[in-house]
Amino acid sequence: MRKKLIAGPYMLWAIAFILIPLAMVFYYGLTDKNGSFTLSNIASISSPEALKSLVLALGLSLLSTVICLILAYPLAMILNNLKVNQNSFIVLIFILPMWMNFLLRTMAWQTLLEKTGVINQLLGLLHLPPLNIINTPTAIVLGMVYNFLPFMVLPIYNVLVKIDPNVVHAARDLGANGFTTFVKIIFPLSLPGVISGITMVFVPSLTTFVISDLLGGGKILLIGNVIEQEFKQVNNWHVGSGLSIVLMIFIIISMFITNKYDRDGEGAVL
Amino acid sequence: MSHKLIDLQGITKTFDKEIVLDDLNLYIRENEFLTLLGPSGCGKTTTLRILGGFETPDKGRVLFNGTDITNLPPNKRQLNTVFQKYALFTHMSIAENIAFGLKIKKKSKDYIMDKIKYALKLVNLQGFENRYPDSLSGGQQQRVAIARAIVNEPKVLLLDEPLGALDLKLRQDMQYELIRLKNELGITFIYVTHDQEEALTMSDTIVVMNQGYIQQIGTPEDIYNEPQNAFVADFIGDSNIIDSLMIEDRLVEILGTRFACVDEGFGNHKPVDVVIRPEDICLVKPEEGTIQGVVSNVIFKGVHYEMEVEACGYTWLVHSTGMYPVGTNVGISVDPFNIQIMNKPESEDEEAVVTDA
Repeated sequence: MRKKLIAGPYMLWAIAFILIPLAMVFYYGLTDKNGSFTLSNIASISSPEALKSLVLALGLSLLSTVICLILAYPLAMILNNLKVNQNSFIVLIFILPMWMNFLLRTMAWQTLLEKTGVINQLLGLLHLPPLNIINTPTAIVLGMVYNFLPFMVLPIYNVLVKIDPNVVHAARDLGANGFTTFVKIIFPLSLPGVISGITMVFVPSLTTFVISDLLGGGKILLIGNVIEQEFKQVNNWHVGSGLSIVLMIFIIISMFITNKYDRDGEGAVL
Repeated sequence: MSHKLIDLQGITKTFDKEIVLDDLNLYIRENEFLTLLGPSGCGKTTTLRILGGFETPDKGRVLFNGTDITNLPPNKRQLNTVFQKYALFTHMSIAENIAFGLKIKKKSKDYIMDKIKYALKLVNLQGFENRYPDSLSGGQQQRVAIARAIVNEPKVLLLDEPLGALDLKLRQDMQYELIRLKNELGITFIYVTHDQEEALTMSDTIVVMNQGYIQQIGTPEDIYNEPQNAFVADFIGDSNIIDSLMIEDRLVEILGTRFACVDEGFGNHKPVDVVIRPEDICLVKPEEGTIQGVVSNVIFKGVHYEMEVEACGYTWLVHSTGMYPVGTNVGISVDPFNIQIMNKPESEDEEAVVTDA
């Protein structure tokens, strides 16, 4: 009884801010303006504009996830190999930018990358050709990687520190060189961290509209932007909710795939 | 006995300015069961890690069969380690764990299958091939760790307190298992422990270490019966360590009373430490004893009684199967050859324990 009381506020929170909004999304998504049931909102994903933005969002977030993984894994290993005292300091430096507002950091990149921005001024001073990546998919990927990289590093780092050094020693002792030890022991043991890192980068990348708005100059539309426009500019909550449901399905599929892969990774190494 | 298989020469190792090993010299013969015994921080595990290749000494050389292997990485050494907390690969089945070293050596599938069968039989875990480490008890995991090491047919097996995490009964069973294994395999075992009973039970040779120094090397009997200094006497088994005076050869004055002994060559009127094992003290009628005292405490230990006897201002620890109630007047008598004379430590470095004499 007492436990239930303590859980009470959270239950209220969950009902008010998770369940009700979710129910509203499903209600709007599955009805038309007169309130009768329809699948046309969901079917609107097949419109050329929405489909294009969905494919682009999937592609860019996949690319960002891969880049984050490639950058984060060695970084997590370096952090793990440092001595304990330095360790916490470097981890602090690393998560320090996360204490700054997400929007602010993305706007900073906008300023840096602009045609007459800081980077191009510096390049100009060095008589180098200017960098024209603002308002391109490249800038969006850069923004995604920059913003979501810590979400890949931390889970991987967390599993790496938990690996018993003697397990690594045991592999070396049994004749494995550094590379084999990594492939057969360290990487498989770190898979749970990699999986949660992938989820934590892929999902926000897929749904973002702020990064694509600021660094894409409003010209490159991801599915997140299309949904935002439906709600805010077109004022059609029904289509926006329908597209949101589609996006949710994609997220659920991606999580299902990563979970399944994780289970395979745990069980089928032989 | 056979030749020196491993030779540690002048090994010195420092961690954060703290000397862990200081000019350690030790050789290990082929087929020996050698135990490094000492309290935590004595340098025994560091010695083992240097042998395994996980640490490099600051000074000194490690010779294996006459070849210098000081800087050889672990994967190139002909020895395998059984780690303290087993260090099994939790993402692999038992069979995969055991096959790990063999797969790296690119052995054939049939050979690996045979070896897994053989190793599991050797450690009494037949039929465990497809289980996972997490589903095994501590004792079973330890057996897997041993099986994983021995399938590689190492010349030397290094064991780092392998029984430390097991309960008493299991530990005793595993001690016999290890002796049997060693005899069946015919390889050298180097064993690290802080448990003196374990060391006495299993070893051919015991190396007692403290604070980075070797205190004594010898057979279990040597170490127990003739400890060379107060540290060894105190660390191995219970003992009465008493400040005494060597009057002349074969005569020692303990707490003001002269006792006959068998040791010679300590000089005349020289301060020494005397060790008398509690089971070597005979409690007799007061008039028959060399000195007299009163029983002050009795504890029943199963095999024997542990008694404390106040005599001549010292509390004597006595083990006996016969019991004398508290308050009994008794005589203490010790056979001359049961009195072990030791030189007093000459420097502070050697002063390993503070004896309460």
